Order: sequence, then structure tokens, then C-alpha cells
Amino acid sequence: MMRHLISAADLTRDDAVLILDTAEEMARVADRPIKKLPTLRGRTVVNLFFEDSTRTRISFEAAEKRLSADVINFSAKGSSVSKGESLKDTAQTLEAMGVDAVVIRHGASGAPYTLANSGWIDAAVINAGDGTHQHPTQALLDAFSMRRRLVGKDAGIGQDLTGRRVTIVGDILHSRVARSNVDLLHTLGAEVTLVAPPTLVPVGVGNWPCEVSYDLDRVLPKSDAVMMLRVQRERMNAAFFPTEREYSRRYGLDAERMAKMPEHAVVMHPGPMVRGMEITAEVADSPRCTVVEQVANGVSIRMAVLYLLLGGQEPAAASHPRTEEK
Amino acid sequence: MSKILIRGARVLGGEPQDVLIDGAEIAEVGQDLAADGAEVVEAGGKVLLPGLVDLHTHLREPGREDSETVLTGTRAAASGGYTTVFAMANTFPVADTAGVVEQVWRLGKESGYCDVQPIGAVTVGLEGRKLAELGAMHESAAGVTVFSDDGKCVDDAVIMRRALEYVKAFGGVVAQHAQEPRLTEGAQMNEGVVSAELGLGGWPAVAEESIIARDVLLAEHVGSRVHICHLSTAGSVEIVRWAKSRGIDVTAEVTPHHLLLTDELVRSYNPVYKVNPPLRTEADVMALREALADGTIDIVATDHAPHPHEDKDCEWAAAAMGMVGLETALSVVQHTMVDTGLLTWAGVAERMSVKPAEIGRATGQGRPVAPGEPANLTLVDPAYRGTVDPAGFASRSRNTPYEGRELPGRVTHTWLRGRATLVDGKLQ
Repeated sequence: MMRHLISAADLTRDDAVLILDTAEEMARVADRPIKKLPTLRGRTVVNLFFEDSTRTRISFEAAEKRLSADVINFSAKGSSVSKGESLKDTAQTLEAMGVDAVVIRHGASGAPYTLANSGWIDAAVINAGDGTHQHPTQALLDAFSMRRRLVGKDAGIGQDLTGRRVTIVGDILHSRVARSNVDLLHTLGAEVTLVAPPTLVPVGVGNWPCEVSYDLDRVLPKSDAVMMLRVQRERMNAAFFPTEREYSRRYGLDAERMAKMPEHAVVMHPGPMVRGMEITAEVADSPRCTVVEQVANGVSIRMAVLYLLLGGQEPAAASHPRTEEK
Repeated sequence: MSKILIRGARVLGGEPQDVLIDGAEIAEVGQDLAADGAEVVEAGGKVLLPGLVDLHTHLREPGREDSETVLTGTRAAASGGYTTVFAMANTFPVADTAGVVEQVWRLGKESGYCDVQPIGAVTVGLEGRKLAELGAMHESAAGVTVFSDDGKCVDDAVIMRRALEYVKAFGGVVAQHAQEPRLTEGAQMNEGVVSAELGLGGWPAVAEESIIARDVLLAEHVGSRVHICHLSTAGSVEIVRWAKSRGIDVTAEVTPHHLLLTDELVRSYNPVYKVNPPLRTEADVMALREALADGTIDIVATDHAPHPHEDKDCEWAAAAMGMVGLETALSVVQHTMVDTGLLTWAGVAERMSVKPAEIGRATGQGRPVAPGEPANLTLVDPAYRGTVDPAGFASRSRNTPYEGRELPGRVTHTWLRGRATLVDGKLQ
């Protein structure tokens, strides 16, 4: 039985496909008049958010409530954490209250791993984003969205993304979304290309199971999905790129660039978007863009993960640290 | 003081000999010495070395007595075979005045477990802006000769130049913590393959190497000697090797942990592996071992950095940097250098006692095991095999990266000027 979900790299191909298939079942619940399953009745899930993230928190909360779990939202701001309480003490406090699962968002890379492996608590730990490390449910919902669009809702059941070409564009260096997606998409058989200015690609990227390009225009015609990542304006203050305008010109996606993509290809974005920076409004609002679907799919994926971790069958997931060659 | 006869000790790893201590000095070294009323210690083939000298220890007192005190730190030192430790200046308050260094020096005297030689800060408050009163610290009872802002780099080239020049007046040396601050903002671990995967801020090798390159050139320009703390990269080795070949008066140290551990361990996110400079790659480890063997790196220094449990029992980013090292240093050096054939025991004595004493001008330390010399000695059982158990540490802190690891060798006896501080592994 899979105990925790810490990193997309921990998932085998079969684990990941099972989660995607389960999410497809969960998505049907959303079409019902009463969007609720009794699966997690009597189980308590805490959303432990040390970083502000309204959309991720709401997505998990919706998923938890649709599975009938009791939900506690814990935001580090205004709590004892801001008064210097340690992660350990916070975790043990929650444990003492009888929590079954902890959904954690933390600014420090590795905090969910530490929470799951330190012996501080027995609850299942789900990583809702840690520093610049991982955001596995985001990668799962992205893969789910791609499978639906590129393979098909029903045709996709049991399928992975073998041979699909995915381009991820933007601030790779600081992106947990990029790391999770590279891991998961590789596991699912997709071919990933990262596109960014060299300043925003980590040293050591050579070991990742993907290609790296600095030239968006050359990669676009060979992409089945193009994922645009948010680029924070503050990055230019640290000389990662000269100006917003230059960034948009070289790495932003506008309608003209989108036209270079194959007919069937989709544009994705994990949100929140910075319109006018990495993506123009025209592209963001086009039917090729899956941003809104991704949000809906996020709830289904998180329901699937919670279900499989707390209530479901046994997808045997390897635990971190990764040992297999990628 | 009474007489002690150490019988059958392999002095510096050579043939077994007897060593007679009379009072504070070594009286005789030879075969079949008569006990003549002396207390006899049967060495049984153990290795006898001059008492170890650590040029880089954090004793934490004053200010962080929750992690270590001069007393607990010197007890740890004696347990590890040390008879002298140089206490780093990053205390609270910072050891940047004669008053603070004298306090540390006096606490060392009172502890009685080993000599404590305070290191003075180069700049006021370790802030890198204004020179501390280096001369006053030298003239104080503590007689400071080594100056360092360790923990922080003296990154301003002019301040570094002035410090290098200024301490020449009294034979001092600046020990540089080589870390370019802008290149290491937010740095959490070695920058490379592992940091890219783990999403931890990268600490590039060039941040260390660029400072070392600058400082050896500064030392050459002003004709000063410079000491480089805890070298951690293959590139740093190359720069020091080049500098020495040019005749620049540079010395360098390596820590035991950089001779053994790599950044692969950080995959556990266990903060016990968080240290400054960070653990590097296997290639760096091998280059450091080679450089220590061929003399490019002069000495082993522990960078013993105690931290209370709560500062390591947390998420990686929130954890303090540093590892305790006094009580495991010799075992790690035996494991990485002696058992691998890279270094003899005489070579170990040179790098862990003779040279560090020389660099720090610690008189009476790092001397030959010979009649008339001060009886600062340590007896090591190289055949011992055991698992590191931090519960047995004399240090107040337990932040060792070796917990549960099997390491060879054990210090059984330490003598400080003829007085036993450690007997059969027990502090006296």
C-alpha cells in the first residue's frame, strides 16, 4: 500500500496510470447532481499550508469534501508557526488530534519528505508543493489533462503518454512543477523538452530525462503540448533576464507563435498566469488552452490520490529516495 | 607529577618502543626501559602520536552554551586525541576584542583537558567592514596568532589585503573561509546533479575557488602567508597546488567529512549532512584525499560545529550548518587515508599535529616523540572496529553524520603535558 505521495519520481508507470484512471472515475462524480462519495467518511485530513496557495488549497479541500472527509485547514500565517514553532511540533500537535492524512505545502524543499520519514507522525503525507522540489499532484493533473486531450477521455483508460512530445517553457530553475512533470512524463513515456533562457535552467539538468533548448520557435512545431510556466517579475531583479519585454519576446507564447504548433497541440499552464509575460490573453483564452480544465481535473486527481492513499486498493509505490535510473 | 611508562607503543606507526614520561616531559624513548616505579601503560602495539592539534574548532562559548562549552568541547577534544584546539571566533559576542579572546583562553586553562588557543575575528562582528583590533588580541594573554571570520568570508578584497599585511607585524595568519557571498545567496547544498533534482539552492564550487584564487594572489602580492579553511573542491586543490608551485606562502586544511562524504547523502534531506562548505561529489573527495597525501593540503582540521538537537531536527532549509567532528576525526582519517594506503601514521602525525601547530604557532605542540619534549601524546588502537554511537560523545551536541557507521580505530589514551586526560577511552 502506498503510504505517502512525496515525489512524482516515486510513482511507477502502473501507479501513475492507476491514479489517472481512478481520477477518470472521480470526474464522473462531478457530473452528478450530488457531487459526493462516502469513501472517507470519518477520516480527518488536514491541509497544512506554510505557504499561501489559495488555488491548491481549495482544490484539495474540494477533493476532500467530495470524498466526505473531515477537513481542517491550517494556515501557517497567524498561527503558532509564525511565533517560532517548529515543523515537528506542529506535526505532532496535529497527530495528537488524530489526523489521518496531512496535505502539506511548504516553502522548504524536502519538508514533506522529512515529515513523512522523520517518525514524527503516522499520518499519510501528501506533498502539495515543496520549495523548488516537487508538486506531484500538479504533474498528475497535467498528465491527466494531456491524456484526455491527446488520447481521449475513454480511449485513454489504461493508457500512458508514450511518444507524446511535451514542451515545458519558463522558469525551470525555480519550478517544482517542471521537476514533477519531467519525472512523471518520462515515467509515462512522453518526450519532454525544456525551454528557457540558460539562466533559468539548473546546473546539473544534464542528468534529467529530457532535452533542453533555448529556442522556443524551433521546438513548437514538434510539440503535442506546450506548458507555459509562470515567470515571476522579481526574477529580472536578480539578472535572470534583462527585462519583462525581452523575456516575452523570446520565451512568451503569443498567437503568432501558437500558430507554429501542430493543429492538435494544446497549451497548458499550471496557473496563476501572468498575462502579457509568458502568455498573451489571446492564447490564454483560446480553445487550445487547457487552463480551466486543468483546475477541474485537479480536483479529480486529488480525489483519486486521497482515495488510493486512504481508502483504495494497493498501488505499490516506491518510496523516496529514488534508486532507479532515469 | 609521577612517571608513566608506555610500553610497546608503535611511535608514529614504527617498531614498538617504550616511552617514559617524567612529569610534563618525555624522559626517554627506547627498548626495554625499566619501569622503575612508573605507572605502566601496556600499549600492545597501539600507535603513539604527538597530541593532535585542531586548527578549526567551534567551542561555542560564550553565547551558545546550549550546544557546547569550552569544558565540554575540550573533553570531546581529549576523547578524540587532541591536546590543542583553536577556537573559532564566531561566538556571541564575537571574539573580536582582547576581552573575549582572554575569556575563552582562561576557560580553556580552567578546563584542563587540552590547550585552547582562541582565534580572533578579522573584522569587527565578523561583518567584513572594519578590522578588529588584531594587535590587541595578539598582545593579550591569549596571544592570538590566527585570525578568521570563519562562518563568513572576508569577501572585500581591500579588507582582506589589509588584514594579510597587518598581521605580518606579529607573525599572524589569516584563515579564510572561502565563500563568495553573492554566488551563494540562498545556497543549501553543492550545486550539481543532486541539487538540480532536490530543488535545493546550489552552492557552486566556483564560489569557493574564486576566493581562493584571489587570496593566494593577494598573499603573493603583499608577501604574506594565508591559510585556507576547509577546502572542499577539486578545483580548490588545483589552485592551491599552483600557488605552492609559485612559492606563495599558502597553507590549506581539509575536514574529515569532506574526505569521506558526498552530496548524494543529501537525498535523505537529513540535515545532519548540512554543512558549510557543503558536501561535494565523489570526484572532489578523491581529489582532496590525493591532495592531502601529496601535501598540497597541509592539514586535517575538524571544523567541529556543535548544534543542539532542535537545530537539526527540522526541515533542511531551516537547519543549522555544521557537524561535530573532534571525536571521530582520527577514525575518519584512518579509514580514508591510512587504511587506503595513502598515508602512513607518520604522515597522519604531520597533518594532524605537527603542521597545524606550526601554522598556528602553538608552542610545545606538534613536537617529536623524543626525550626533552613536552609529553603531549595520544595512543591509538588502529585495530579497533566499532560503530559510531553519539550517545557516548563527550561533546554536548550529537550532530554527527557518522551515527551507526562502522569506522576503524579508537583513541585510548591522551596525555597533556604528562597528565592523562583520557585513559582506556575514559575521560579523567
